[in-house]
Amino acid sequence: MSGDKKVIVEIKNINKFYGSTNQVVKDLNLEIYEGEFLTLLGPSGCGKTTTLRMIAGFEEPTSGSILIEGQNIENKEPFERNINTVFQSYALFPHMTIYDNIAYGLKMKKAKKDVIRTRVMEMLELVQLGGFEKRYPSQLSGGQKQRVAIARALINQPRVLLLDEPLGALDLKLRKQMQLELKRLQRKLNITFIYVTHDQEEALSMSDRIAILYNGVLEQVAQPWEIYEKPATKFVATFIGETNLFEGYVSEIKDNEVTAVIESGIIQGEGDTFELNEMIAVSVRPERMKYSLSPVEGFHLEGVVKEQVYVGSILKTIVMIGNGNEIRIERLAGESLPAEGTVYLYWESKDAKLIHTADHVFYQAIENIQMGREEPV
Amino acid sequence: MKQKMKKNSYGVVGKIYCSLIYAFLFLPIVVIVVNSFNATTSKPYLSWKGFTFDWYLKLFENEELLQSFQNTMIIAVCTTIMATIVGTLAAVGMYKYKFRGKSTIDALLYIPVVIPEIVLGISLLTLFAKISIPRGMFSLILAHTTFSIPYVIFNIRARLSRYDNSIEEASMDLGANRLKTFFNITLPVLAPGIAGGALLAFTLSIDDVIVSYFTNGQTMTLPLKVMESIKSGVSPDVNALSVLILIGTALLVVLTQSGILKGKKNM
Repeated sequence: MSGDKKVIVEIKNINKFYGSTNQVVKDLNLEIYEGEFLTLLGPSGCGKTTTLRMIAGFEEPTSGSILIEGQNIENKEPFERNINTVFQSYALFPHMTIYDNIAYGLKMKKAKKDVIRTRVMEMLELVQLGGFEKRYPSQLSGGQKQRVAIARALINQPRVLLLDEPLGALDLKLRKQMQLELKRLQRKLNITFIYVTHDQEEALSMSDRIAILYNGVLEQVAQPWEIYEKPATKFVATFIGETNLFEGYVSEIKDNEVTAVIESGIIQGEGDTFELNEMIAVSVRPERMKYSLSPVEGFHLEGVVKEQVYVGSILKTIVMIGNGNEIRIERLAGESLPAEGTVYLYWESKDAKLIHTADHVFYQAIENIQMGREEPV
Repeated sequence: MKQKMKKNSYGVVGKIYCSLIYAFLFLPIVVIVVNSFNATTSKPYLSWKGFTFDWYLKLFENEELLQSFQNTMIIAVCTTIMATIVGTLAAVGMYKYKFRGKSTIDALLYIPVVIPEIVLGISLLTLFAKISIPRGMFSLILAHTTFSIPYVIFNIRARLSRYDNSIEEASMDLGANRLKTFFNITLPVLAPGIAGGALLAFTLSIDDVIVSYFTNGQTMTLPLKVMESIKSGVSPDVNALSVLILIGTALLVVLTQSGILKGKKNM
C-alpha cells in the first residue's frame, strides 16, 4: 500500500526536551505520504501537539531533523515553510473581517488585488460561507469560525495542512458533521493532512493512517483497521476501543498457534514472532469473546456472570474470572447473552492478538547481561 | 404577580437612589457652569447678578493662566507619549517572556500606585536635587511619566489577558515575518488598550497637583495656578476655564468611547 506512494514529510530521530529533563518526544521516526490523511493520536501530554508544532516551525526539535519534500527545514522560520496550520482555538484575527482573514496569506505573498478577490471568494464557496465576507469573527458561531480557519489555511495552497484538534471546541453533533466535511475536503483537494486529536473515534473514522503516541514514544503507525485488529502494544490495545487483556508467559508453540499460561488458566492465540517462556499480553475484543454454558474442548476460562448492561444497540455482559478480573462480552442487541450463573469463556485463536510486553524486553536484557552477550544499555 | 410588584417597588427605590447619586456627582459641575456665566463682580462671587460672557473674555486676557495652560498641555502630551511607549513595551514584554525576578517586578509596579502622592513628590524632589536635574518643565515631565507608566501597563495588561498568542503564530504561519506580525496583528489588537492607557496618562498628567507642587520649580501648571488663585475665593474666570476643560474632556471621552466600543465588538 505504501510502497508506491511518495513521502512528503519525513521525521527522522526527533527528540524534544523542555528544560533538561522533561522529554516530550522520544526518538520519533515517521514518514508521511503525499495526499494522505494521517492522524497523530494519543492522550494529552503524549507529544502529539509538540510534534505538529515542530513540523509547523513553532518549536525546534532538540535533536533530529524534519524533511519536507526531501528538503531539511531545520533553519526555516514558520513563514518560510509551505505548510499551513489550523489552530485549536481557530486563532482568527479579531480586528479583521472574514474576507481579510482569509486574504491574509495571499496579501503576505503580495498577490494582486483581483487575484486575491477571486481566490477568497473561491475559498468561501469551498467552506460554504458565501456572503459572510464582511462579518467579523466575533459574529460567527464556533463551526463557522472553524470553516474560516480552514479556508484561511488553505488559500496559499499548502502541500501539507496541519490541524491541531480543530474540532475540539465544537459540540458532538457539529463535530460529527465537520469530520465528514473535512474528510471530503481532503479527498477533493488531495492535500496531505496531518491531524492531531485525542479522540480515537475521530481518528478511526477519518484517517488513512493513524500514528499512536504515548509518553512521547511512537507506539504504532497503521491503518485504522490494523490499529484495532492488530494492536502492536498493550497501550494501543487498551487505548483503541475496549479490550480484554490477559498477561502471562508462552508455554507452548505449535506452528503459529501459541499457548500461554495466565493467572486464571491456559489460553491460546496466534502469532509467529514469539519464543518459549516469553512474557506476553493477549488482547481479545469483547465482540470476539465466546461463551458456553458447559466446559468446551481445548481451552476455556471459567467465570461467573456479574452484570449485564443494555446500551441500545449493544448488550454488554461482565464476567468475573478466577483471579477477580472482569471480562467483557459484547453482542448486538437481540442476540442472547447469559444473564447469570457460571459460564465458560473461549475464543478462536485467530481472534486473540498476542503482544510482546515491555517485561519481555526487560527480561531479555537481564538474560543478555547474565550471558555476557551485551553491555547493559 | 407578587414578585412583579416587588420588582416595581425596587425599581422606584432604585430610580430615586440613582438620581441622588447623579445629583451628588453632577451638582458641583452645574454650579461651576452656572457661575461661569454669573455677572457678579463682588467677592465671593456667589450671588446671581445676571448672565454674561465677560469671564470668558477676561480669561483670554489672563496671560499667566494661559501660559500655565500651555505648560500643562506640553507636559501632558510629552508624558502621554513617553508613558505609552514604555508602558506598552513593558506590558507586552512581561506578558510574553519569562525571566528571573518577574514576580518581583510585577509587585513593584503597584508601589507608585498605592504610595501616597506626597511621598512620591518628596522622593522625586530629593532625587532630582541629588542628581542635579533642574526643576522645571523637564522634571515635571519625568515625574508625571513616572506615576503614569503603571496605569498604562495595567490597562494594556487587561487587554492582554484576553489575548490569544496563537493569532501571532497564525500570522507567521501565513507568511508574515515577526515585524509584519507585530504591526498587522499585535498592535491593532492591543490598540484599544494602548489608547485607554494613553488617555489615562494624559488625564493623570493634566490634573496632577501634589507631585507637580514638589517638582515644578518656577514652571506653573494649570492646576497649580488655579490653586494659587482660589486663595481669595473661586474667581469666575477660573470657572470659565473649568467649563472649557470640561467640554474638551467630554468630547475626548465620547470620541474614545466610541472607538473602544468598536474595538470590543471585534474582539
